Amino acid sequence: MTNKQRLYLLEQMLRIRSFEERVGELFLKGESAGTMLHLSIGEEAAAVGVGAMMQDGDSFTTHHRGHGVFLARGADPKRMMAEIAGKEIGYCRGKGGSMHIADMSLGHLGANAIVGGGISHIVGAALSYKTLKKDNVSVAFFGDGAMQQGILYESFNLAALWNLPAMFVCINNQYGMGTRVDQSSSTLDFAARAKSFGLQADTADGQDIEDVVNKAKKLLKQARAGRASFLTINCYRFYGHARKDKSPYRSEQEETAGRQQDPISFWEENLVKAKIISNKKLETLKKEIDLEMDAALSFAENAKKPELATMFEDVYSPKQAKPLSNKARLDL
Amino acid sequence: MPRQNIVKTIAKTLDQQMEIDSSILVLGQDVGKRGGVFLATEGLFDKYGPDRVIDTPLSEAAIIGAAVGMAAYGMRPVAEVQFADYVFPGFDQLVSQAAKIRYRSGGQFFAPMVLRMSAGGGVKGGHHHSQNPESLFVHTPGLKVLYPSTPKDTKGLLTAAIRDDDPVIFMEPKRMYRSVKEEVPEEDFEIEIGKAKIVQAGDDVVLISYGSSMDKVLEATKILREQAISVELIDLRSLMPWDKEAVLKSVARVGRVVLVSEAPRTLNFVSEVSACISEEILDSLLAPPIRVTGFDTPYPYAYDKEYLPSPNRILKAVQKVLDY
Repeated sequence: MTNKQRLYLLEQMLRIRSFEERVGELFLKGESAGTMLHLSIGEEAAAVGVGAMMQDGDSFTTHHRGHGVFLARGADPKRMMAEIAGKEIGYCRGKGGSMHIADMSLGHLGANAIVGGGISHIVGAALSYKTLKKDNVSVAFFGDGAMQQGILYESFNLAALWNLPAMFVCINNQYGMGTRVDQSSSTLDFAARAKSFGLQADTADGQDIEDVVNKAKKLLKQARAGRASFLTINCYRFYGHARKDKSPYRSEQEETAGRQQDPISFWEENLVKAKIISNKKLETLKKEIDLEMDAALSFAENAKKPELATMFEDVYSPKQAKPLSNKARLDL
Repeated sequence: MPRQNIVKTIAKTLDQQMEIDSSILVLGQDVGKRGGVFLATEGLFDKYGPDRVIDTPLSEAAIIGAAVGMAAYGMRPVAEVQFADYVFPGFDQLVSQAAKIRYRSGGQFFAPMVLRMSAGGGVKGGHHHSQNPESLFVHTPGLKVLYPSTPKDTKGLLTAAIRDDDPVIFMEPKRMYRSVKEEVPEEDFEIEIGKAKIVQAGDDVVLISYGSSMDKVLEATKILREQAISVELIDLRSLMPWDKEAVLKSVARVGRVVLVSEAPRTLNFVSEVSACISEEILDSLLAPPIRVTGFDTPYPYAYDKEYLPSPNRILKAVQKVLDY
């Protein structure tokens, strides 16, 4: 890895954290169109480590905690924030929001608020790539909660059985909402589960982005060659499940220890120690990023709301026979 | 034109469309070498090979989910679920994913996929091989729902479904797979989705039905003809969207209507049709609309004859609207 690449990883992680802090503000100000917010603070190395190793044209799905992955794949924070605020200029015309955002041009086949809901779609995308002889990989990002969903194992089976360019990435933040992973999973060795399906599989340390990058790179290469793969990345969810969750199900002691596994401060210290960045330059970089995200926040706040009638658009193809007009009902 | 049954028509239509459009592929349990549980994909595997006729494991959720992903990335998958009753393990993928992908992405992604399934009772299949879950699909905006009852309609609507840019649930009346034969044009043609068919014109009563209930309705119509009662018979064929215009026009003219569907009674699809009739043309009615339906029970194992709307029950309902 070059020093430039190391700095890039740091910058991307900092952008995600700064963005998410401002999404929090958006909600506090009552400017979000939705009420539900799930932050991935503490999980940035997983999103950036895998996201940075993917290639243009690769596609992916994420879960309800997917801001980081989308930013790591090149999302414009302005349009993303506007989407969460339910604005016309947002990625999905303000119809997706945080948990259902998608973007065709960046290969984002969709975040999903159904745990495990988007996993099988990458199997289909990968099957398309294989059929159309494209050199792309489709990647599913999900949490440890989805490790207990049946659809994951149906998807594992198909991806391995059909030798698909598919990769499954579990961002194990230790909690499915309020239940700790050791209370919900018969084994904590997720890679072993994947291996038993014939997938190439590994486990990465989510505090150490270099470890994530190395393993993701290898497993993406395998997937691109038709050997479907799986990577589980261990990290810690710094805050509650959602905005108002004060995590009464875990101790302060545990949280303090968990937050010490911060992938950002870990990487900062590494780069400063190796003299790849000075403390002063680091502060400047952070300030620049915060300004960018402040601008995204005000962009979203000031953006135009979609017309009410757009509620009735995009249900069916506009080209073909439409079901009875709902639009007329608005005028009743 | 060859006379052929519904199941043969499905296989021939899939073949014709796969020849025309290389992005179409077929997937499902046993659709390949076996040719499908009902032989609706017979011959396709030999002709198109395993890359376009894909035998899948018993994984309805992943079959439907993979179809969504494939459809979003350039293919037109036609997936088969052997029985409508087997769709439920994949219901989330259908309701939460396929149906919403266009809306949630603001129109960027869409899923041009067809999900074929055999449906309906009368084959002594019991609870898990006889159901008609069309109301559940219709109740999910984003899905289109077709349910033809004749070979010709099957061909025209299946062709339209494959070319449609939205996910289409294509229900097939399994007890009529081989019992109904008619001449089916060899050439490629579409029937517009959302258009009902006036099977016969009449002046005394309008009978409205679709899909697997049509065989009993046709039997009842024959008896009514012998009794010199003039029936206007409408086969809806398409349930979402459905042809409200044609229905209201016929019912407003005739003033009496009986609606038949073998699905359970409460929130049966014909309940929606009946509600629209009452809401929009109440003044034209000479009698309240009557529904003849299955019952609000799980599909019974030993009483399937009694459960299904029989010609007798249909005749009684017709008499009731005539006597009102």
